[in-house]
Amino acid sequence: MTAASTQNSAPRQRRWRRRVDQSFEWFCMAATLSSVVILIGMLWAIIHEGAGWLSWSFLTNYTSVHPEKAGILSALVGSLWLIGLTAVFSVVVGVGAAVYLEEYARDIWFKRLVQLNISNLAGVPSIVYGILGLVLFVRGLSSVTGGRSVLSGALTLTLVVLPIVIIASQEALRAVPKTIRQASYALAATRWQTVWHHVLPAAMPGMMTGVILSLSRAFGEAAPLIIVGAWAQVRFVPSGMRDEFTVLPIQIFEWSSRPQAEFRELAAAAILVLLVMLLCTNGLAVFLRYRYGRKVKW
Amino acid sequence: MVIETSDSTTGRSSVGHTAGDDQSGDPVARVPVTPDTDDGGRSERPEVASPSLAAVVTARADSTAPTDDDVKIDIEGLNVYYGATLALSDVHLQVPSGQVTALIGPSGCGKSTLLRSINRMNDLIEGARVTGGVRLGGVDVYDRRTDVVLLRKRIGMVFQKSNPFPKSIFENVAFGPRIAGVRGREQLSQIVERSLTRAALWDEVKDRLHHSALQLSGGQQQRLCIARALANDPEVLLMDEPASALDPASTARIEDLIFELRGQYTIVIVTHNMQQAARVSDRTAFFYQGLLVESGPTVEMFTCPSQQRTEDYITGRFG
Ligand SMILES: Nc1ncnc2c1ncn2[C@@H]1O[C@H](COP(=O)(O)OP(=O)(O)OP(=O)(O)O)[C@@H](O)[C@H]1O
Ligand SMILES: [Mg+2]
Repeated sequence: MTAASTQNSAPRQRRWRRRVDQSFEWFCMAATLSSVVILIGMLWAIIHEGAGWLSWSFLTNYTSVHPEKAGILSALVGSLWLIGLTAVFSVVVGVGAAVYLEEYARDIWFKRLVQLNISNLAGVPSIVYGILGLVLFVRGLSSVTGGRSVLSGALTLTLVVLPIVIIASQEALRAVPKTIRQASYALAATRWQTVWHHVLPAAMPGMMTGVILSLSRAFGEAAPLIIVGAWAQVRFVPSGMRDEFTVLPIQIFEWSSRPQAEFRELAAAAILVLLVMLLCTNGLAVFLRYRYGRKVKW
Repeated sequence: MVIETSDSTTGRSSVGHTAGDDQSGDPVARVPVTPDTDDGGRSERPEVASPSLAAVVTARADSTAPTDDDVKIDIEGLNVYYGATLALSDVHLQVPSGQVTALIGPSGCGKSTLLRSINRMNDLIEGARVTGGVRLGGVDVYDRRTDVVLLRKRIGMVFQKSNPFPKSIFENVAFGPRIAGVRGREQLSQIVERSLTRAALWDEVKDRLHHSALQLSGGQQQRLCIARALANDPEVLLMDEPASALDPASTARIEDLIFELRGQYTIVIVTHNMQQAARVSDRTAFFYQGLLVESGPTVEMFTCPSQQRTEDYITGRFG
């Protein structure tokens, strides 16, 4: 009798198991598809709204109260300025800090304290850095930065991306095998020579990827820059680090908050430009990683 | 013997490694040669019988071993701690100039630690602390005024696992001289060629000096590491189980190399392979649990050790 019951229940169990298996697979597939569908939907909406406004003059005109004459020149150039400066600052400081923490710092307690701080800073909302930037760079160091300038904006954005750059660089440094360092020291290299000739080149692709990905995050930042004082009515291109500026996300924000439908379409067009530029930077990250990775001959 | 043909170029003529010896004494050499066999030498050790070892060393005894008895490395009362644990205690050892000294002993007895304390690689290990004296040709290694960089320039080191830089073969060898200030391309090329030749690698790589060093086989990589150390023109060569990850053919080449380099360099080699110690070394030091049990000429150590423990270890009764 027991034999009969097991025989009876076995196929039912099997069918049940298969059904669970199947529905889980469908669920996962739906999850994957939904994100893709949403992305495509968003892109389609933006292209539908904005593509008609894309033209050469859209890229070369300043903003205007007349939608047909409005362009993104100041925002585009401002964004490029800002990212360029942020890249320089964050690479110099971020890689320097990572090298210090990974290669030099001996004091375990000090290192742990700094590490903890950096991890926490990575989670701080960017608007908080905006307030810090306003107090520190715009007001405190206004004689150096020129107040609400590209320089202040870049320094603020550097604060935003720095924790991520440091952590990514540290990971890249840690991935370099210890045996390489040993080999170098055993050949009578100093610490500086070891880091410069062997550790940094080997860690470079990983660091580059981290830096570029965090910069592309900075590219889309608006909140801290609004606080630091980038404003959308700027009708000139910054000619120096101490000039006023605006950036694409702020221009987009400003246009989309206007009542006229034309300006919302302009905002969509500007978003398209922003997306293309993000795509380019990410492509650059992949390219650099590939190039550098091959040159190092790991 | 199943050893690749290129092996004959180095001429293992000297001693202890004639075909006859291999047949009788070295079980390892009869293992079919498959490239990159791991641990070719070590795992066979317990089966080694003492008579053949004695044969190996007595064959070596009438070799043209340098009889220069200058002390190159003088270790006096050396203690090494890792944190609170004592890894080496009160080691007294004199390494004569121009000879090959083998360090043997069971795993964890402190051989690598001793090697690392000669060129101060222990400095890199967090928590490592050294007391007592190591002198290299009259220079106190642990003196505060001793320049570690200059010290390491005089002492080359070869690691257990080959660790070439992920750069070209040329750059690997040229790195040492270059950071020491050699600039001219011509001069660097000469040093690279000379070092690779001395490491018996030149013929195999001369056509691809600018290819990645990581494309070389394990044995070639290890010889590259030796060439890299030689490029610095050191006086001492420290080798930490240089052949333990190599197949028998590559091991034989490394041993040849050590044989050829003695006389010009003072060599300290750590090995788990008793055959290897018997074949290549002039003197042997046996360590056990952080203590130097016994040291002396290899012939004596392998034929009539004064300590029971040494004999037990050499004949494979424990370890
Ligand atoms: N970096 C380290 N930190 C802490 N303890 C260590 C370290 N390196 C070695 N030791 C300890 O010191 C002792 C000696 O180690 P060592 O590496 O010198 O042994 P060994 O004779 O080279 O062994 P093997 O033959 O396995 O290589 C061991 O007990 C080991 O656990
Ligand atoms: Mg060891």
